[in-house]
Amino acid sequence: MTVHPIVAALRRHKVAVLLIVLQIALTLAIVANAIFIIGQRIERMDRPTGADENGLIWILQGWPAAPAGDDAATIEQLDALQRTDLATLRSVPDVLDVAASTSIPLLSGYTVGDITLNAEQKGLSVHAAYYYGDQHLRPTLGLQLIAGRDFDASEIRHGRAHADSPVIIVSKPVADALFPNGHALGQTVYQDGKPSTIVGIVERLQTPRRSESTWAYNSVLEPFRDDESWSGYVVRARPGRVQAAMREARNALFAVNPMRLMPGPLGGIHAFTEIRARAYRSDRGMALLMSVICLILLCVTAAGIVGLSSFWVGQRTRQIGVRRALGARRIDIRRYFQIENLLIAGGGVVAGALFAFGLNEWLMTHYEMTRLPVLYVAIGVLAMLALGQAAVLVPAHRASNVPPVTATRSV
Amino acid sequence: MFGYYLELAVRSLRRSPGLTALMILSIGFGVAASMTTYSVFRGLSGDPIPWKSSRLFMPQIDSWGPGDRFHDEPPDALDYADAMALMRQHRATRQSAIYPIGPSLMPTNTGRNRGPVELDGYAVYSEFFPMLDVPFHYGNGWSVDDDVSQLPVAVISDKLNQQVFGGGNSVGKTIDIDNHDYRIVGVMRDWNLQPRFFDIEGGYYSVDGPDVFLSFRHSVAINMINAGWDGCRKGASDPQGDFVGLQNSDCVWIAYMAELDDVAAVQRYRQYLDDYASEQQKAGRFRWAPNNRLRDVPAFLDHEHIVPSDTKVSLLVAQGLLIVCLVNTVGLLLAKFLRRSGEIAVRRALGASRKAIYAQFLTEAGVIGVGGGVLGLLFTVMGVFSVDQVLPASYAVLARIDPSLLLLTLLLAVTATLVAGVYPTYRASRVQPAWQLKAS
Repeated sequence: MTVHPIVAALRRHKVAVLLIVLQIALTLAIVANAIFIIGQRIERMDRPTGADENGLIWILQGWPAAPAGDDAATIEQLDALQRTDLATLRSVPDVLDVAASTSIPLLSGYTVGDITLNAEQKGLSVHAAYYYGDQHLRPTLGLQLIAGRDFDASEIRHGRAHADSPVIIVSKPVADALFPNGHALGQTVYQDGKPSTIVGIVERLQTPRRSESTWAYNSVLEPFRDDESWSGYVVRARPGRVQAAMREARNALFAVNPMRLMPGPLGGIHAFTEIRARAYRSDRGMALLMSVICLILLCVTAAGIVGLSSFWVGQRTRQIGVRRALGARRIDIRRYFQIENLLIAGGGVVAGALFAFGLNEWLMTHYEMTRLPVLYVAIGVLAMLALGQAAVLVPAHRASNVPPVTATRSV
Repeated sequence: MFGYYLELAVRSLRRSPGLTALMILSIGFGVAASMTTYSVFRGLSGDPIPWKSSRLFMPQIDSWGPGDRFHDEPPDALDYADAMALMRQHRATRQSAIYPIGPSLMPTNTGRNRGPVELDGYAVYSEFFPMLDVPFHYGNGWSVDDDVSQLPVAVISDKLNQQVFGGGNSVGKTIDIDNHDYRIVGVMRDWNLQPRFFDIEGGYYSVDGPDVFLSFRHSVAINMINAGWDGCRKGASDPQGDFVGLQNSDCVWIAYMAELDDVAAVQRYRQYLDDYASEQQKAGRFRWAPNNRLRDVPAFLDHEHIVPSDTKVSLLVAQGLLIVCLVNTVGLLLAKFLRRSGEIAVRRALGASRKAIYAQFLTEAGVIGVGGGVLGLLFTVMGVFSVDQVLPASYAVLARIDPSLLLLTLLLAVTATLVAGVYPTYRASRVQPAWQLKAS
């Protein structure tokens, strides 16, 4: 079948054709970008933290009216309180391991610094988040140690946190960035100008920062108990006993000292799964919203194609009858409408692909958005063509059922 | 005549229920998606203090220099030295330095609160209350004298008053905060301006309002630490928990608000800030030319980009959806109207003017618009109620259904459908009676 008569017929419905082309183009542009956003969010939500998240519990609590001074007596007092809490948590039956820590991945509260290869902080500089904690932090988080060793109990200092630990454990991205040739273990680096020796490397540890960044996995473990009026503990529960461990931990902590603050939403005792869900809540929401919008869009566009195609079939009943009377087979009639749809949808997706990249370009200049990969548009193009064919199926079938005798009847 | 057209429209729509349902659904979904995302956007981008926002200003002073500027902007907050200098020189109608505090309400023997409770509060100067029109149930803010004498006075929220005293006039009573006795001078009414523009973090939405306000100079004197964010120059070490160190550093952590009543006052204050920075330059503290900003509240919030980019993108995509739905409706209306060319021809032949055809078909489009609007209302209400499923609670509470939103929904649906109906109606009015009648 030649395309020529189809095009000639379409010319007589310029506006209607343009409307469908425009609708398909806009749908493609929005759907391609929306699916790209959904893909990005899902990818972000699926990022591993590097910790063994099942069975992990985070506790953040404060001592009310704790002295704010910087003097040794205050610090010792706060440290004693913290050590008591650690011992208390360790004695809870459903708790396997406990560590002091100033933060945990995805919590959003964090301390950062820059690591360099010299004291003058010149040249290569790696931005990283610092986790201040004790020798139990690495095993309690369940981080995979790929080189070196854990901290020794004797290496844990305490006080007000500063980036001056003599020994540190770094995540692999930090080690690789500082020493591209390997051999990071045992090297001395400078954290904000203070020397530290890398004694261990862990495979992966996400920073507490939630938003996207180039240093999302640049983390450093510092052997240091931070003595502030607030303290954080990482707890590893026995398998399947997370809820019980959380309950017991709360009771045990309040039994040993009822004067504490555990205000929500960040303070208090939380299973890590809860922290993850909260951290990615808006990403999940955005993905959900975009999915709903895509679904509505595709339905509306499909329904629109069905509606207009049906109208055309109705309008051309007589012509179809004439063609049938002149010898066209049913399949010819059906194919006519299918090819017609393909032509219209083809025009739509060409314009739509351009719109999609244009919209992406606009989003990139105004909002935090990255470049739309061609693959997403290609998939969108195929999906729209398939959608068009599926939508025209019923009207085309109805057209092919028009009997040749219609030609002799007046409408 | 309108009644007759209405009847015609309903009859015509009934004749093709599938197509009608399709158009109404399409308009309904499009409008609802737009209005739901708009309700979130409206909630987040609202002016927190519309009657006064253009008279409230947040000065920014470049205390860091060119090396630490981001997009040539000075830091968003003040360091202690600049904030204190501005307070001392007192050049605005009213002004206050502000920093967030998180002290603890200590348990009392009377037993209403058994354990300590962390309070969400701010250390401010006396002029803060009249400047922001803080409403009071009982009492008032404290006096300038109380600022100077660093008295332990407190303004508490209605909620805290209920919690500690069970409500009632608590002015003159004492409250134990961080083991200090504070004399209550005022109990606020429910006061929760969104976003908290007077907070250093600017784009801060909160379900509850602040619990307590204490005197700035008193709080600094007793070492009540800054509970909010602080920003330091690159390479400078952050004093963190060391509050005295923070005061002596050039890290920024203090929000500053000044009330300036007219354009001339704003101009004078700008000049004053530049003079201040020049003086600091002469004194050797700043080694760069003045680079200050003086933004009013809306401009400052805009500068802080408080509305999350997700909210804006969602609104945009939802509007795209509405446009597609409208294009769809134009196509379907066109099909529907032209299918009735015969009917139009008969009406025209019997003497109906083009105007009459216009009226008839626009009425039909209007009926679809109203249908879409009603459905859109339903979906919008459902949408707004389910935003808390996808948004953090502090954002979700700001998406509210109110009469203006409902009216806007209906209006949008009807207007959009009428606009969509213009071209199909035009085509319908162009039907040639003679030609059409002959053809059939």
